[in-house]
Amino acid sequence: MTLALEGRVRKFGDHVNTDYVITSTRKRDTLDVSVLKQYLFEVVDPKFAASVQPGDLIVAGRNFGCGSAMEIAASVILAAGIRAVLAESFSRTFFRNAINNGLLPVQCDTKAMREGQSLSVTLSETAVVVKNLTAGPTVTGPALPGIMQSILAAGGLVPYLRANGGFSAASSQGGT
Amino acid sequence: MPRTISEKILSTKSGAPARAGAIVVCNVDLVIGTDASAPMAIDYFEQMGGSRVFDPSKIFFALDHYAPPANDATRALHDRVRVFAQKYGIAVDDVGEGISHQIAVERGRVRPGDLVIGADSHTVTCGALNLFATGVGSSDLAAAMITGQIWLRVPESIRVTLVGWRPRGLTAKDVALALVGEIGAEGASYQTLEFEGPALPQFTLEERLVLTSLAVEMGAKAAIFPADEVTDAYLRGRAEKPGAPVEADADAVYAREVTMTLGELSPRIAMPHAPDHVFTIEEALGVPIQMVFIGTCTGGRVSDVHEVINVLNRWGSRIAKGVQLVVTPACAEVRAKLEADGPLAKLAAMGAVVTTPGCGACCGTSGVIPSDGMNVMSTANRNFKARMGNATASIYLASPAACAAAAATGRITDPR
Repeated sequence: MTLALEGRVRKFGDHVNTDYVITSTRKRDTLDVSVLKQYLFEVVDPKFAASVQPGDLIVAGRNFGCGSAMEIAASVILAAGIRAVLAESFSRTFFRNAINNGLLPVQCDTKAMREGQSLSVTLSETAVVVKNLTAGPTVTGPALPGIMQSILAAGGLVPYLRANGGFSAASSQGGT
Repeated sequence: MPRTISEKILSTKSGAPARAGAIVVCNVDLVIGTDASAPMAIDYFEQMGGSRVFDPSKIFFALDHYAPPANDATRALHDRVRVFAQKYGIAVDDVGEGISHQIAVERGRVRPGDLVIGADSHTVTCGALNLFATGVGSSDLAAAMITGQIWLRVPESIRVTLVGWRPRGLTAKDVALALVGEIGAEGASYQTLEFEGPALPQFTLEERLVLTSLAVEMGAKAAIFPADEVTDAYLRGRAEKPGAPVEADADAVYAREVTMTLGELSPRIAMPHAPDHVFTIEEALGVPIQMVFIGTCTGGRVSDVHEVINVLNRWGSRIAKGVQLVVTPACAEVRAKLEADGPLAKLAAMGAVVTTPGCGACCGTSGVIPSDGMNVMSTANRNFKARMGNATASIYLASPAACAAAAATGRITDPR
């Protein structure tokens, strides 16, 4: 599969846990992502939700999405119109939840990316290439494992399972 | 080829040679959902076209995060879970039964050699019983309910060897926090912590659960103890069927080796606002504390509350003025034992608030929320800003003994 995105950098630091994406307390009040998106990242950046624009890209440091496995953290990001999160590294639960919902997690060197810069992200079967369209180096990230590419190509775990009926050994082993 | 415990369990469950780094599709032995994750999983289940579950006897839901429901939204989530569970013949542990993975362990629903997935990150806790347990989100939970399967990347393992003798006053929480400090918040990402070593018999099963619970704060996918006499004794009278204990091959390959020498350790504390912000308690002495929380899957079990009582008794069996002490048993069995033996009544007589078994105040979803600017001392596993529902509060994580010493004195105090 190939996928290309362009967007504006919204920069965050290291160890942004899922409670910082959306607090468990907000989630207690509603699971409606169109409501919850007004509180996106409120603990670490109270002005974020008001300034986010569809197509923006989350760019973070290490261990993005650590802490709770709550899947709403991925779906609220998507509800705000964000289609990819770039980070130096991810927690495994957030990474899975992102893929399962069709949110692209990109593991790459984000150190030179600055708030407000424009990036293009191109995902192929062999690598992810991130170009800084404003100023800065082009960086690459590792390809996703075969099964994750299949789930992402299907549009998430829901359409993947509707199409396949289960997890096939072929898609888990292969690189396509 | 020699194999780790993780490689052996995932090989058995996938029917394929599961070497670290490979991706395998595994059959699961138990699927766990909570009121915080099952409602979304039910949405995914319906969107996936689910019309039956693979085996209702291998699934259960626990209503633990909103226990009891304090608003209409969470009341509705509970109803949704109950209706779905009834339709598909799935067991529900209702409000007051306790934390999902604590119930799984306490009631013998997990056994050595099992593969357990739970839509709660602290599902890893179950690994203290010599099994592979990992946390997932709601969509993976839904897929597992339909298919009975999950795909997993076989993790590399870190061997954590415990050696030496525990000095007086060294709790399991201190060892666990020291390990979090050593390994760091993502030092075990995508990997399993496999515990080993001559000091293991010094740790009860309840204490092992503290170590496995905190593994996820290092990013770990699973945390596993070997099966030994301690495991057997705990399972006796709990598990209906015997498990299939798994041990690592002597020459299994590990990503990293970490040795914890117990004699060199001392009480630890995680300062705000990260679980790996770990210091010796001496470095935090004197910080004023206004709320103390005893509970969660890390610190809400019988021995934890006994530890609290013992320390409070040394300080005159009273709580310092201006300190709110909140106690939340991890599950109904814990509460029943503590009621029978007396500690809960003693704590209540001192002015403690005893709340419904479950996740309690840990993530600001049920129970007590700290006031503005409060310093909270907690036996929990996470101290992220706003974690307990107030972004201006500061949360310190420590052992039940250290929390009790803070409750008795109103400030961070060495419990020894």
